[in-house]
Amino acid sequence: MKSLHAQHHALADTSYQLTVLSEAEAAGARLPAFAHKLRESGLLPLRPTELAVMQVNVGKMCNQTCRHCHVDAGPDRTEIMTRATMQLCLDALAQTTIPVVDLTGGAPEMNPDFRWFVEQISALGRQAIVRCNLTIIVANPKYHDLPEFFARHRVRVVSSLPHFSAARTDAQRGEGVFGRSIRALRMLNAVGYGVEGSGLLLDLVYNPSGAFLPGNQAGLEREFKQRLLREHEVVFNNLLAITNLPISRFMEYLLESGNYESYMEKLVAAYNPVAAANVMCRSTLSIGWDGQLYDCDFNQQLDLNVAQNAPSTSVLSTPPPCKTGLL
Amino acid sequence: MEKSTYYNPADLAKFGNVADWQPEMGAKFFDYYGEVFKEGALSEREKALIALAVAHAVQCPYCIDAYTVDSLQKGADEAQMMEAVHVAVAIKGGAALVHSVQMMNKAKELSM
Repeated sequence: MKSLHAQHHALADTSYQLTVLSEAEAAGARLPAFAHKLRESGLLPLRPTELAVMQVNVGKMCNQTCRHCHVDAGPDRTEIMTRATMQLCLDALAQTTIPVVDLTGGAPEMNPDFRWFVEQISALGRQAIVRCNLTIIVANPKYHDLPEFFARHRVRVVSSLPHFSAARTDAQRGEGVFGRSIRALRMLNAVGYGVEGSGLLLDLVYNPSGAFLPGNQAGLEREFKQRLLREHEVVFNNLLAITNLPISRFMEYLLESGNYESYMEKLVAAYNPVAAANVMCRSTLSIGWDGQLYDCDFNQQLDLNVAQNAPSTSVLSTPPPCKTGLL
Repeated sequence: MEKSTYYNPADLAKFGNVADWQPEMGAKFFDYYGEVFKEGALSEREKALIALAVAHAVQCPYCIDAYTVDSLQKGADEAQMMEAVHVAVAIKGGAALVHSVQMMNKAKELSM
């Protein structure tokens, strides 16, 4: 499967995605705007809180082409962050007390400077998180020692596994992905990841493999823990249940399958003021592979930058980054 | 013009409206309904699968739609959902078949 970008698909253009989204909003009063719902909950304007996470997308290159990918990542994407841009991120990080650096992609490990970047983050005493797709660990012998590398730098590993059944996982992430993910999880477990008392955190991310919303996170976690232990002798710490945002390849799936409208209705019906008050964009600074600044990963994928006077990492060195200042 | 059928998928979303003409009983029913499906001795997923099986047994299209979505949301996979339906089928089929004992009794009673 090729990325939308490689297919020259209309949805590869983020302005077209935004048009589709705004048309849905304009289509009828049935789908009120998010801002309208925020106003009803007394949350407008939604202001930033303390900057807690620097999220860095180190590139769109990936060994997988998942059907729901909001980054439109894949083997045919060549955009990756340079070491010079990573250095700017580190310079900015050093001037702040941001405790967590969340590394995402693509498959972040495919960036040739990934390990150097993790070492530098670790040297600054910050917690690194890697959004590891699992299969990268077994994709090539040069990645086989990633579990040991992660453990050495106490990296928190957050990995997607949309289901404990192979069929549902493979339908979303590609043929054979479930089997390879289980192999990678066992390698992570072998060095202590997910094992109680090891201090090495391994969290799994559940996201629905279709046009429906996730159920109760605690219930899903219990189910995943039982099934993965019983059937595959795999352990992990927490399950994070997330909702697919209707952008990029997931938007394509929704439109192609005729589920777009009903999915938007489900999202609107599921509006939760408590969750809205805690959206990640309030405390995240999201940096694109090219150094552009955003307030969350999803806005990054829609090319919705933070304020125009702070467009990229080049402005991060002076003055020190501050979420309030950036917005 | 909208095609007229006995079952309109859009009506499922109007289920709550049944309380309009009898708010007190409606509220009691929906409170009870919500309580039933909360995690208890059974998980939410197990309850969704039971509801899916019953939906097939009572052949309620609204319920089949609703509990297919609910089962998926609660983490059930296709194999679990189809097994749940087979439980309903086994009971419905078994319920018919077990009456054949009566048929056999009667036939034996009347036969030489």
